[in-house]
Amino acid sequence: MIKVENLCKRFGGFYAVNDASLEIAKGSITGLIGPNGAGKTTLFNVIAGVHAPTHGRVTLDGEDITGLPPHVLFHKGLLRTFQIAHEFPTMTVRENLMMVPPDQTGEHIWGAWFKSAQVRADEAELRRKADEVIEFLEIPHVADELAGNLSGGQKKLLELGRTMMVDAKVVFLDEVGAGVNRTLLNTIGDAIIRLNKERGYTFCVIEHDMDFIARLCDPVIVMAEGTVLAEGAIDEIKANEHVIEAYLGTGLKNKEAKA
Amino acid sequence: MEILNAFVLLANFVLVPAIAYGSQLALGALGVTLIYGILRFSNFAHGDTMAFGTMVVILFTWWFQSMGLHLGPLPTALLALPFGIAACAVFVLGTDRLVYRFYRQQKTAPVIYVIASVGVMFILNGIVRFAIGTEDQQFADGARFIVKAGEFKRMTGLDEGLAIKASQALTVVTAVLVVAALFWFLNRTRTGKSMRAYSDNEDLALLSGINPDRVVAVTWILAATMATIAGTLYGLDKSFKPFTYFQLLLPIFASAIVGGLGSPLGAIAGGFVIAFSEVMVTYAYKKFLAYLVPADWWAPDSLMQLLATDYKFAVSFIILVLVLLFRPTGLFAGKSV
Ligand SMILES: Nc1ncnc2c1ncn2[C@@H]1O[C@H](COP(=O)(O)OP(=O)(O)OP(=O)(O)O)[C@@H](O)[C@H]1O
Ligand SMILES: [Mg+2]
Repeated sequence: MIKVENLCKRFGGFYAVNDASLEIAKGSITGLIGPNGAGKTTLFNVIAGVHAPTHGRVTLDGEDITGLPPHVLFHKGLLRTFQIAHEFPTMTVRENLMMVPPDQTGEHIWGAWFKSAQVRADEAELRRKADEVIEFLEIPHVADELAGNLSGGQKKLLELGRTMMVDAKVVFLDEVGAGVNRTLLNTIGDAIIRLNKERGYTFCVIEHDMDFIARLCDPVIVMAEGTVLAEGAIDEIKANEHVIEAYLGTGLKNKEAKA
Repeated sequence: MEILNAFVLLANFVLVPAIAYGSQLALGALGVTLIYGILRFSNFAHGDTMAFGTMVVILFTWWFQSMGLHLGPLPTALLALPFGIAACAVFVLGTDRLVYRFYRQQKTAPVIYVIASVGVMFILNGIVRFAIGTEDQQFADGARFIVKAGEFKRMTGLDEGLAIKASQALTVVTAVLVVAALFWFLNRTRTGKSMRAYSDNEDLALLSGINPDRVVAVTWILAATMATIAGTLYGLDKSFKPFTYFQLLLPIFASAIVGGLGSPLGAIAGGFVIAFSEVMVTYAYKKFLAYLVPADWWAPDSLMQLLATDYKFAVSFIILVLVLLFRPTGLFAGKSV
């Protein structure tokens, strides 16, 4: 579905992503792990059109999408969340969610003036959808709170909620679980699996929580120093010497050995 | 009676002019604040954008007048206003295309935009002076007053008269309508909400599928509309002179900043704060005090004016400094400056 070929991204003299090639299969939940500063977020940014790549190519279903701006990619069904949660601080949580779906009648000035019945119907539908998402994320008590006032974890949930407002093809999640408590993390995991099964979303998930990755992801891609170090099922990854050295550390190996 | 006289005097020379002037500043500041909120720079060309829009309105007004077109008691300029707005919108969209778009694509620092806008300001300035001249231009017609001082005196039997110019009433009515329409647009329509979203968080707006080019274009059109309306109302109320419009930049920016840059509500509040301060500080209170204090107690021998009218621009500065000292983000907590 998504194919990344020889991607490089340079900041000044420093290659944050250095010749990374990988593929994300349709219908998969692909995990992306690696040490801090490995270039995972930068890879997302390049794929999602925030940064133009220094070199390399990205394709979506065979179509070259390298360097397309984010709003165009959005309309092609490519969504992402931010590692550091973003929100529209002066709008309520519900309004934040309702901002997402594109191509509503009210979007066009003429529509806003002359098709008010249609606009209202759209709004009602949107609101229903937003309420569903709010219910799902178990944050109904803050639905009318300004998003700027949410806690860090709640903002993360809002990030995930945003991707549930439209029918996406592929969703890039950048540490949706960071700062979210265990129970909710499991709920998020369930949500991802459900979206994947029921709505056919393809996911690419960055996460440092290995249990979370192990439960959800197949395959798992490991990045280190800007390139892809290894790729495969989680068990292969956990056994891979290079990965242990670069990321997992020997602690995990010992723990596994004991268990 | 004396107290009533004093009040009417104050209403005539402070209240009415300040409300009209405040409405004009508010409309001007709304344009500045919109550009700041969405495009994230202080547009120094705004005063001259006002001059440009107004100039087109004046040219059309003259043309209509020469053809014998009139709106009865209303100024012919109202008929010309849509043409001025359209021309001004086309012009600012052109400058955006030629100048600002390049910097946007380069993701330049805001200060570069500001300098670029100073360049645009000089060009606009040149065009306006070249086309219509540097002189004062009168283009107001229709009824002059809706309340005349003499009639007011006769009706009330007071010594002091209250005059309300048609242009002042028109200013306030138009400003209320325009502001209501703007707020409806920003808060109720999808495009308006996209603009708010874009102003709140540009990265997220893009990732929500909001088309930045559209947002930017709509912002410029709104700013041009506000600028032309504000400029025309100011011109009808006072007169049109390119240099005056350039000078208006200071009170307009002061209004936007005092209210909180990026906050439309703040721009309106700021406009009135600045207008009232300017008019009140430069008003000579001698006669007013004479009504209140019996002459045998104390008779002021000066004009009792806090600041000569020549210094009225300093007032904007003083208010600006005072507000920023205590509330760095402005009265309505816009973006910090
Ligand atoms: N805009 C930027 N300008 C300069 N350097 C950057 C920029 N963005 C990222 N980098 C650098 O690129 C490297 C990779 O950063 P990145 O955010 O992709 O890491 P990451 O794998 O997401 O790490 P983490 O797990 O901590 O989130 C870092 O060394 C970082 O300093
Ligand atoms: Mg990261």
